[in-house]
Amino acid sequence: MPSSSSQQQCICALATPPGRGALAIVRVSGKHALLLAEKITKCSLLARQAKFTSFYSSENLIIDQGLAIYFRAPASFTGEDVVEFHCHGNPLLADALLKTLCSYGARLASPGEFSLRAFLNNKIDLTQAEAIADLINASTEQGIRSATSSLQGAFSKRVTDVLAQLVQVRMHIEAHLDFPDEEIDRKQDQQIDLSLQGLANTLKELLLQAKLGERLQTGATIAIAGKPNAGKSSLLNVLALSDVAIVTEIPGTTRDPLTVDIEIKGIPVCLIDTAGLRNTQDIIEVEGIARAQQALQSADLILWLSDIANETTENIPQELDGNKIIHVQNKIDLQKEDIHYKSNKLYISAKTQQGIDSLLEHISKRLSGNDAVQEHGDTPFLARSRHIVSLQQALDKIYSSQTHISDTHKLELAAEDLRLAQQMLSEITGEFTADDLLGKIFSEFCIGK
Amino acid sequence: MSDFPEYDVIVIGGGHAGTEAALAAARMGAKTLMITHNIETIGQMSCNPAIGGIGKSHLVKEIDAMGGVMALAADLGGIQFRVLNSRKGPAVRATRAQADRVLYKAAIRKQVENQENLKIFQQAVDDLLIEQDCIRGVVTQSGLTFKAKSVVLTTGTFLGGKIHIGHDQYAAGRAGDPPATTLAQRLRELKLRVGRLKTGTPPRIDGRTINYSQLEAQPGDEPTPVFSFLGNAELHPEQVNCFITYTNENTHDIIRADLKSSPMYNGNIDSTGPRYCPSIEDKITRFAERRQHQIFIEPEGLNTHEVYPNGISTSLPFATQQKFVQSVKGFENAHITRPGYAIEYDYFDPRDLQPSLETKAITGLFFAGQINGTTGYEEAAAQGLVAGINAVRRVQQKQAWHPRRDQAYIGVMIDDLVTRGTLEPYRMFTSRAEFRLLLRQDNADLRLSETAYELGCLSAKQWQLFCDKREALEVQKQRLQTSFVQPGDVNEKREEEILGSKLKHEYSMYELLRRPEVNFENLQTFCKQDLSDIPTDVSEQLEIQAKYAGYIERQNAEVEQLALQEEVKLPKDINYANISGLSNEAKQKLIEIQPLTIGQAARISGITPSAISLLLVHLKSRTTRKSA
Repeated sequence: MPSSSSQQQCICALATPPGRGALAIVRVSGKHALLLAEKITKCSLLARQAKFTSFYSSENLIIDQGLAIYFRAPASFTGEDVVEFHCHGNPLLADALLKTLCSYGARLASPGEFSLRAFLNNKIDLTQAEAIADLINASTEQGIRSATSSLQGAFSKRVTDVLAQLVQVRMHIEAHLDFPDEEIDRKQDQQIDLSLQGLANTLKELLLQAKLGERLQTGATIAIAGKPNAGKSSLLNVLALSDVAIVTEIPGTTRDPLTVDIEIKGIPVCLIDTAGLRNTQDIIEVEGIARAQQALQSADLILWLSDIANETTENIPQELDGNKIIHVQNKIDLQKEDIHYKSNKLYISAKTQQGIDSLLEHISKRLSGNDAVQEHGDTPFLARSRHIVSLQQALDKIYSSQTHISDTHKLELAAEDLRLAQQMLSEITGEFTADDLLGKIFSEFCIGK
Repeated sequence: MSDFPEYDVIVIGGGHAGTEAALAAARMGAKTLMITHNIETIGQMSCNPAIGGIGKSHLVKEIDAMGGVMALAADLGGIQFRVLNSRKGPAVRATRAQADRVLYKAAIRKQVENQENLKIFQQAVDDLLIEQDCIRGVVTQSGLTFKAKSVVLTTGTFLGGKIHIGHDQYAAGRAGDPPATTLAQRLRELKLRVGRLKTGTPPRIDGRTINYSQLEAQPGDEPTPVFSFLGNAELHPEQVNCFITYTNENTHDIIRADLKSSPMYNGNIDSTGPRYCPSIEDKITRFAERRQHQIFIEPEGLNTHEVYPNGISTSLPFATQQKFVQSVKGFENAHITRPGYAIEYDYFDPRDLQPSLETKAITGLFFAGQINGTTGYEEAAAQGLVAGINAVRRVQQKQAWHPRRDQAYIGVMIDDLVTRGTLEPYRMFTSRAEFRLLLRQDNADLRLSETAYELGCLSAKQWQLFCDKREALEVQKQRLQTSFVQPGDVNEKREEEILGSKLKHEYSMYELLRRPEVNFENLQTFCKQDLSDIPTDVSEQLEIQAKYAGYIERQNAEVEQLALQEEVKLPKDINYANISGLSNEAKQKLIEIQPLTIGQAARISGITPSAISLLLVHLKSRTTRKSA
């Protein structure tokens, strides 16, 4: 088999574990790797020589300074041209580098893809074939899990809704192009402008939501939730290593969600303390609870805290996704009798700090995915960056289509933009074929002479 | 024992697929025999008398670019020409010709009869000679045996054909012709999956009984469009109008009252008809809120009064057809010359074909046209061309040829058919082509003629014309790229009128042409040289290439990526069941379709990128193990 993969599109990924560290290494591999690297560093790179340089974003801003090393094909890990960027170990910087590479035509690597290319180019021994196949499989599963965990409930539904609207617009435009002689109801055509604007707005919102004010890009959001007086604010103070939240004996003390940025095992985390969920008449507390619920929807993980003494009386709201909940039993220090430990729960005392270490351990495992995958695989962060890239590209295509839509001469260009926009979104939601689109057209319009 | 000399290629059928297959094979120098049950129906248009339309005219131009006959026959037989989507972009622009059935058929017949290396024989074919899964020849109704190395089957709707009108049904290949029942039974014995499809036609009307004064006329375009790269408007016969009328609530009531007699609704037909070509029964049922439906009245020819009322295909009883037709404006006294009918026929699952259109089960046996589940003359002809070429390549023991999805609509169609199969009669639409901006009807020759020449199916004359055009394009492009305008060269007012602002620096003519507000006419304003000597087809091409450059480059980049996947072949003996990690669904689909390349595998619905990665790993391990 020809090692044709050296002609392949550039892929890029973070080569070091996610989270904070002294260094982070971003790797790009493929035919144009050197070209992309020279755009980013604005200098020429010699093979196998580390070059200290600045890294520039596509807007010409300096992202960071660090080392760039060029490995000329076939003397590289993948057997293709490879460039490594060693930057400071801040996820935000690595992310900016990846985004810049993507804006120049690279794409985020699929799980196991670097190894796959290495294997296809004879850089990895045949005995490792099985291992790579396993990796592709394992990381696919992990990828799916991460993708779903990064796109929970309401969010994922909104992407699906946007896609449905997009299909609706495409249906009208394609019907125009393929069936000009048919009596198609053109009334809705005037809506197309509006629909496109609506699509652009929704996508913009979605992007904001996906980024959660830049915070999520750098790490995970963890919400602490539970009934009033379960000890949520106490736990926040313990994890934040300072008395950030007011703690009293009075249920309903916390009103506004309170956030604090911390680090757990090198992973940046935005910790949110939420108002206890209960029925109340207090207007301020009602609003606080509504905000708490919003925070819970968008969080990556929820620490559902309960007082071990009142555990049995609790119901976790059904709209919360069970997969992101960690059940934590608090106040074990007050427990007189023996505790019946259950394996699906963690037991702590916020007061005596008993069990806090194993809680942190558990959280970090949940955030970074299992060990086998970590090296090459999709963590929740990467899955999310992938979605953000897809959403951004879809949005750009929608903008481009808006510039063409009013001119019938360019309707086919608008159609092309929207086809690509849909392709981007389908990377999040799944396959949609040309025949599916035709099916929509035939079910909606009376076509055929 | 055969009583006749052995042929290289035998083509069974003289329809649109059969003629292109036989002509292509003969052009390539193969000793070719076309066997048809009736020489008089060679090139017959069984359905509506029109060639082209959106997506379809792209196919016609591609056939033309490869030396086929369809476009030229349309130029010789066309009595009303239009460019559809003329005010939309070039990629979706399409040519459509209303054809005189007799003139069209005569043009095809003339070509067939005068083609070197091609012989015709009239007789129904009843059997295929097959030895060890290899085709050897055919046996006709009267027991004559003809031997050949390749056989192309283009039997249209004739296999197991059954016509329905109301409650009546009878066996037929099309109205007035017998079906091919014996051959159908014989084919059902082969290891091929068979399905049933249906299609329909409207009743035909005697034009003398139509009140045209009440109807809206639709003339052809001026100047008259031309189909063939070799053609010109001088070839066209006299041009006439089409007309438009509409059904009304009364029509719909009449149809609704007798729906139980329609074989589609009383359960006599349960095979699938095309979604885009519903019967009038279907239309009023599915779109009950519509108060009228359009009917295009297409003339059948210059020397006949018969017309084809497009839009009311039906299989209702004749009495009901008569009643509803006469309820339409202008048709009050209409006389029906032939009743409308629905026809059911056998088709073979195209997933049992190679992209060369050779059956996977029988070496040397090729299928083209409606037998593969498609509909339309153009779709049939395009398959005929590819099957004819590959029938010869089989004889020559050369590698099969088929265009890729990014090279031709023909490639899109064949890939859709063999990779995804079809559940309804398959018709071409531009939205099926993801590389629509590259696959324009204006550049069909640039995409395909060189390949056609290399394959040996392009005449020396057509090759020369093509080379001239290609060279002119190159020369004129250079000229525009090296001809400059400076600020101040042109009258400022005129400059602002065209560009909306003044020129800020030096521009080449080619750069100016990229701007949306500049076209070839107003480009002259900026150019010191006289541009009027550039032929229209060349200037049109240059303008499209300049204006679409960004989009074309982007699609080309996508093509380049996909082409790499097409280069990785999947060997025949690959055992998908044993590839660890593949899901059961993926295994089952790969085993069923047996894709030829990684690219084709990736297009199978349900095959994920990680499945493709696993396939690559498996392939690599195989070759490494073997060479070790």
